Amino acid sequence: MSDDTVRTRAAPTARGRPRPGALAWAPALTLGLMLGPVAAGLAGTVAPALGWLPALGGDHLGTDAFEALRAWPGFPRAAALSLFTGLGATLTSLAAVTLICAGWQGTRVFHAIERGLSPLLSVPHAAAAFGLAFLIAPSGWLARAASPWATGWERPPDLLILQDPNGLALIAGLVVKEIPFLLLMTLAALGQVPSARSRTVARALGYGPVAAWVKTVFPRVYPQIRLPIYAVLAYSMSAVDTAIILGPNTPPTLAVQVVRWMNDPDLQLRFQAAAGAVTQLALLAGALGLWRAGERLAAGLGRRWIERGGRGRSAAATRVLGGGAAAATAGALGAGIAGLAVWSVAGVWRFPQATPDALTWRSWERYGPRLADPGAETFILAGAATGLALALALACLEAEQRYGVRSAGRALWLVYLPLLVPQVAFLAGLQMLALAAGLDPNRGAVILTHLVFVLPYVFLSLADPFRAWDRRYAAVAAALGAGPDRVFWTVRLPMLVRPVLTAAALGFAVSVGLYLPTLLVGAGRVQTLTTEAVALASGGDRRVIGVYALAQTAAVLLPFALAGAVPRVLWRRRRGLRDD
Amino acid sequence: MTDAAGLRFDRLSITLGRNRLVTLDGHVAPGDVLTVMGPSGSGKSTLLSVISGTAAAVFQVRGGIHLDGRDITGLAPEARRVGILFQDELLFPHLSVGGNLAFGLPPSVAGRRERRRRVEAALAEVNLAGFANRDPATLSGGQQVRVALMRMLLSEPRALLLDEPFPRLDAGLRDRIRQAVLDRARTRRLPVVLVTHDAADARAAGGRIHHLDPHEAGTDLRPSPRTGDPA
Amino acid sequence: MIEMAVTTRSAALAAAAALLLAAPVRANPDPADWPAVLAEARGQTVYWHAWAGSARINDYIAWAARQVRARHGVRVEHVKLSDAAEAVSRIVAERAAGRHAGGAVDLVWLNGENFAALKDQGLLFGPWAEAIPNWRYVDTGNPAVTTDFTVPTDGLEAPWGLAQLVLYRDAARVPEAPGSMQELLAWARAHPGRFTFPQPPDHLGTTWLKQALYELTPDPAALLRPAAQADYDAATAPVWAFLAALTPHLWRSGAAYPQTGPRQIHLMADGEIDLAISFNPGEASAAIDNFELPDTVRTSVLDGGTIGNASFLAIPYNAAAKAGALVLADFLMSPAAQARKQDPAVWGNPTVLAVDRLPAEDRARFEALEPGIATPGPAELGDPLPEPHPSWMVRLEEDWIRRFGVSR
Repeated sequence: MSDDTVRTRAAPTARGRPRPGALAWAPALTLGLMLGPVAAGLAGTVAPALGWLPALGGDHLGTDAFEALRAWPGFPRAAALSLFTGLGATLTSLAAVTLICAGWQGTRVFHAIERGLSPLLSVPHAAAAFGLAFLIAPSGWLARAASPWATGWERPPDLLILQDPNGLALIAGLVVKEIPFLLLMTLAALGQVPSARSRTVARALGYGPVAAWVKTVFPRVYPQIRLPIYAVLAYSMSAVDTAIILGPNTPPTLAVQVVRWMNDPDLQLRFQAAAGAVTQLALLAGALGLWRAGERLAAGLGRRWIERGGRGRSAAATRVLGGGAAAATAGALGAGIAGLAVWSVAGVWRFPQATPDALTWRSWERYGPRLADPGAETFILAGAATGLALALALACLEAEQRYGVRSAGRALWLVYLPLLVPQVAFLAGLQMLALAAGLDPNRGAVILTHLVFVLPYVFLSLADPFRAWDRRYAAVAAALGAGPDRVFWTVRLPMLVRPVLTAAALGFAVSVGLYLPTLLVGAGRVQTLTTEAVALASGGDRRVIGVYALAQTAAVLLPFALAGAVPRVLWRRRRGLRDD
Repeated sequence: MTDAAGLRFDRLSITLGRNRLVTLDGHVAPGDVLTVMGPSGSGKSTLLSVISGTAAAVFQVRGGIHLDGRDITGLAPEARRVGILFQDELLFPHLSVGGNLAFGLPPSVAGRRERRRRVEAALAEVNLAGFANRDPATLSGGQQVRVALMRMLLSEPRALLLDEPFPRLDAGLRDRIRQAVLDRARTRRLPVVLVTHDAADARAAGGRIHHLDPHEAGTDLRPSPRTGDPA
Repeated sequence: MIEMAVTTRSAALAAAAALLLAAPVRANPDPADWPAVLAEARGQTVYWHAWAGSARINDYIAWAARQVRARHGVRVEHVKLSDAAEAVSRIVAERAAGRHAGGAVDLVWLNGENFAALKDQGLLFGPWAEAIPNWRYVDTGNPAVTTDFTVPTDGLEAPWGLAQLVLYRDAARVPEAPGSMQELLAWARAHPGRFTFPQPPDHLGTTWLKQALYELTPDPAALLRPAAQADYDAATAPVWAFLAALTPHLWRSGAAYPQTGPRQIHLMADGEIDLAISFNPGEASAAIDNFELPDTVRTSVLDGGTIGNASFLAIPYNAAAKAGALVLADFLMSPAAQARKQDPAVWGNPTVLAVDRLPAEDRARFEALEPGIATPGPAELGDPLPEPHPSWMVRLEEDWIRRFGVSR
């Protein structure tokens, strides 16, 4: 039935269908809200890349900016680095998620992993990077734990672990954050395919549990998580905060260099920065093309492999690898946050001591009271942006199902554009749009900006469960006399409470983590936990970073915890809606 | 008109693209059963969705459907007063058994106590007294079917559609439930359309049998640009 | 239209026209008529964009905000930045979008290239700095307060604090501070991997290159003139030879660098490096107080002196609360505010005022200050070297990036 919604009507008849009302405009409105800013932002980047920015004296079109970019001696390496770290992080994350699911789906370990997901999703990217850096640096926690008794190190060794020229530390930092996200998306997708039944059938045919999963479930799950994978690829290639902390700098990735140029006092570098942003976009397009080609190749090879009929009985290796990946991710994020927590109360703490000389609440006394205002602002922004995003996403999806709004239904994939277009490629233009539109740098403007980034994630997380909902419930309810609104509010929404809340938590997390959009549109006047954290972190005090990282994590953990707890309490007496 | 009461199909035809799936012309009187038989994919369920108003927009519908003299072809599903039972019971999992029944009860039945009383009475009628607060997921298959049936009847439908009902019940229980449904339809003088591929269903219903011809649709499935519209 | 006096571009003229057309237009405050400035400022909210990476500095800014509120009825909001360039970006974007009045930035803490860029683009209000009351106490004998990276300030920004390049070291591991670049090279050879500097174009890292140039170039006087007028290759060859020798002995053999100055504090605290550079003579003391560095850290300068400069306060051409910004800037230059700022227990940033010219009561405030544990006194710091002409810096940066910055 789900096909019907996108298929062309042979000859539209209004018979038996309600006439589209205000709801039918929801997709158009949503697309306008999303595409306007992105298009304006892209225009505001492409124009200076081609030499047009009258405010800085750019008044003729040309390719000077691209030539200047090519003349930067770090260009080939920076571009290659972006491609390598992006593809590497995506491939590693996908492999880890596949191993985890193939090895463990349906076991108690898998349930434990599912439950542990929320805290892992709650750790902000930058905090995860800081935590990981402190863990694996030559003077980090792991080295301290083994020194000097095992290693003999009284001083940290001069080893290039962080910021290595090949970007391996950067890949690790990205992977530990992308695995939980991809796993969340995969879990949702697993709910849409009869994974347990497929697996049972395959096992009855003599396949080992892992082979059964990879051969019967994965091919159907992959199309469902394709878009999240592309989002991971786009994010990994253009991540700035993680790359600054863990990535190489001689040269850095292209995205980092673009941000440096963008912030350079030499205003003429803005043109070069814009050219770099456009190049970044082209690189991403290339990487996506490469990935698509890889998909086709893998599909072809995979089909032959499946048809060969190998039963692959032994699951042990996959289980060990998958379990190892899950444990490493959880361990890295957990220990990273623990490290930051210890730093937030540390007195003097020198190498090779595994714990501080003394503990002190001074950092919390100093910064704790100051968390209140930005904390409240963070909740207001995230709550409003998430609420709006939820309303729009639900309206779009409901309109799509009610009226089969065809053109908009097809165009709705454009909602995902902000996931795929690197922030560096359109934020400067977005700021210009906000200014030109006369938006004052206030809370409302920032909420609208957050919406552009929150909505795609909410949509991504909500669309599949919403579309997969068994519409015969709606048919039954209608036959019982319930109109479409009553069906939506009293049947559909309550049954979808869990995915709706998960989508809200994800949207909330995205909003809490936004730095540049908040700064650029809010002119620094709208101060959130994240803008404060970044400003204070520029001083490099790990105690402050610890305090703010914990505060950010807590701000995101709360909605995730609610998203888990509310359905559990609400449906504690409804076995049909419990997921275990 | 003598045949105003009941369900009347006025040269109803359902096509998908160039393929005519169903054509139906005739009348189902109150208390009568029309059994529609045909193999999988012959358009049985599509016919029911067209009658109940939930068919997807891809299907083209010509002709009309009248219920008790009223043309319901263009009406919204909730305005048609056509009850339907699917293969699955589709009890709302977020509501209690009583909540499911109350969902079917029209708002014209006012007052908490009165609504409660009607729900309890309906449960008692199918030997489920005291089940109002139960979680539907904890009921047996036969109990779920009975709840679904009473939920539908409480909504006071004017016609009844059965879509290959009760496939998961064992044979004995199935016969009894089928009989209970048909009995109630007869007492309430509801026209019934039963869609099935099971000869036992058709025999038990006892009414007319309409066969959907798979070959008609099958031949039309061949792409033949030269021949015009089969209609 | 005072702020337009420094612009020549046609874009600025168009901007002025737009400004005239856009109602309502408030005349810019005249700093010479101070009572009028005070009257206009009362009730205004000043958005002060300032780097916020230090708890001490943020506390000081909060204190100043309270004072100005109490004394003059001006509300001050600290807009916390991780880089002053963010404010520059904002001003540029506002002009590009045609917002020539009612801008988001009222006062910005900046210096060097950020100032040069804003001045060059005609994006600053003024001149005003030499017309406000507390200018009379400024140590105008120090060229650093009127030239910012050799660019004349022309009254478009007011000096706020002094900075001078210093070395700090863990004296428990490095008892003797190196007094010259050659001594430093010898020390690095003996202790490989224990010294580094922020990666140019970070401005502290670039200053380090300029410092090396000062010491190693055959004719230091040529550095004050544009690089195009000198034999650049001959003047800089000794620096590249020195860096080629030093780099293999740097932390991570020069394959990675700290990205900012404060990052060096981590590295020293973790025992990764023993020697680092800073622009704030009081930074090490503050870090000791904050448990970030051991109390064995000490600060020193090179024998031949080190480069010094100042940081400043400027008002954008489109600021919404110019009068309030003037009042705040004047307060920040007052002896009371400057003395508190120099207090190592508060911030430890040297004053821009000529202490010997202050009234006795104000002079006493400065004389009562205790130096920080790791902070050198004025005598130890010596006279700062002036910044080389900016053209040297541009080419040094480019060449360093080509030779060392992208080669790994």
